[in-house]
Amino acid sequence: MQVPAPFGYERATSVDHAIQLLEQLGPEARLVAGGHSFIPMMKLRLAQPEHVIDINPLAAELGTISIDGSDLVIGAMARHNDLLGSAVVGEHFPVLHDAERVIADPVVRNRGTIGGSLCQADPAEDLSAALSALHATAVIRGSGGTRTVAVRELHTGPYETVVGDAEMLTHIRVPIRNGCGSAYEKVERRVGDWAIAAAAAAVWMDGGIISDAGIGLCAVGAEHFVSTDAEAVLRGQAPSDDVIAAAAAAAAAGCNPTTDQRGPAEYKRHLAGELTARALRRAIARAQGAAA
Amino acid sequence: MSHDHHNSVSVTVTVNGEQRTAEAEGRTLLVHFLRDTLGLTGTHWGCDTSNCGVCVVAVDGVPMKSCTVLAAMVDGCEVTTVEGLEGPDGLHPIQEGFIECHGLQCGYCTPGMMITAKWLLEQNPDPSEHEIRDGLSGQLCRCTGYHNIVEAVRFAADKLNNKEVSA
Ligand SMILES: Cc1cc2nc3c(=O)[nH]c(=O)nc-3n(C[C@H](O)[C@H](O)[C@H](O)COP(=O)(O)OP(=O)(O)OC[C@H]3O[C@@H](n4cnc5c(N)ncnc54)[C@H](O)[C@@H]3O)c2cc1C
Ligand code: FES
Ligand code: FES
Repeated sequence: MQVPAPFGYERATSVDHAIQLLEQLGPEARLVAGGHSFIPMMKLRLAQPEHVIDINPLAAELGTISIDGSDLVIGAMARHNDLLGSAVVGEHFPVLHDAERVIADPVVRNRGTIGGSLCQADPAEDLSAALSALHATAVIRGSGGTRTVAVRELHTGPYETVVGDAEMLTHIRVPIRNGCGSAYEKVERRVGDWAIAAAAAAVWMDGGIISDAGIGLCAVGAEHFVSTDAEAVLRGQAPSDDVIAAAAAAAAAGCNPTTDQRGPAEYKRHLAGELTARALRRAIARAQGAAA
Repeated sequence: MSHDHHNSVSVTVTVNGEQRTAEAEGRTLLVHFLRDTLGLTGTHWGCDTSNCGVCVVAVDGVPMKSCTVLAAMVDGCEVTTVEGLEGPDGLHPIQEGFIECHGLQCGYCTPGMMITAKWLLEQNPDPSEHEIRDGLSGQLCRCTGYHNIVEAVRFAADKLNNKEVSA
């Protein structure tokens, strides 16, 4: 039987209260959101916090998905199924629905949160790649106030983020710009499993030209979950098979996969390229459909 | 909820319509709280790794894997376990479906399957075979090959839909 090591359980009643508890209890205190990464880690004793601060009561305060000005704003406590069920998300950023459909299973998606996914920073976390491709920003709050960080700057390494010990992620903001098309492609061993490899593509088209692009890569050791080389290949180009192939080659060349039980490094590198190409083709088609 | 000492929390839940209060350690998982503290052993406990879904219960109507939820997290919530499926009129159509269509063999996966199937039909009263398979993809069955589970859920859907029509 796997149970966590003993800890003191605290329940936060607001964001300010959560931050106050983090400050008061010190660095051995940890937040728990959906708990679907953190509780398994505690059961395996890979994490042994002295205090656990439950932020599920903040689901009302931080669980909404809305449009604010020209940004889509996703609360950190939105569950995976909230994102999947949101029409406004699907309308603007189908990459997020593509990704959510293949994250875990429907029961896990009832519980796991968007904030927990990004803060877990597992190298195979799908939303880290998808939101990085969309050039989203993370809103982080501490007692000193609020700061924003690009999602692609959030992760400093496997399971590490720039969110401080006494800070919490409160929202994700995704800028809505004209001419956007986006898509996600993942290969997994079986339904509901973590990726062997996955790629997110976003393009912003202006007059038949790709004016901006985002390429996110998951589970292949890409720095910050992105391929800036592939993005540079795409920017300023008219979409074509050659341009897509060049971007895919750049994505494959720039990643750093490792061999593990999910497959050999060379297979994952191949997937990084092929899935980038497939995601790009669908993203471009969606952008053109949206413009038509 | 109140704190008696460092690791103990008082948890009050409405389980299958009945309010229950008990002490739990902060680290106590909901599956053990239900089975060992409240004596509701209908909820099963399997993989312990959030994969198999035999431990699924509904919290405020939403199915979750109770091996991956702290008991303290559900303080103040309504929990439905397999023991709560049966109503005053008898078995729930989902339960009838599992009987009529032989949706179980050893029965180990069945409590979790039925809790999720009930939620699935609340979300989508007329699901296709694919939608049923997709909806239950977080639950593993080592016996049936799933075919009869799909049939059982379709049976329940038809029964619930006809009921609505005739009502
Ligand atoms: C069986 C299974 C399969 C899965 N498959 C996939 C998959 O295919 N792809 C995928 O991407 N994910 C997958 N996951 C992970 C799932 O998406 C998790 O729900 C998610 O990774 C973590 O979200 P959570 O809310 O459960 O976070 P928690 O487990 O509660 O927290 C994770 C970490 O984030 C911190 N944290 C949480 N919220 C905040 C916040 N607001 N601010 C600061 N820190 C915070 C916690 O302190 C902890 O360190 C799977 C999980 C399971 C159990
Ligand atoms: S025992 Fe909870 S998912 Fe297997
Ligand atoms: S009936 Fe035996 S595991 Fe499903």
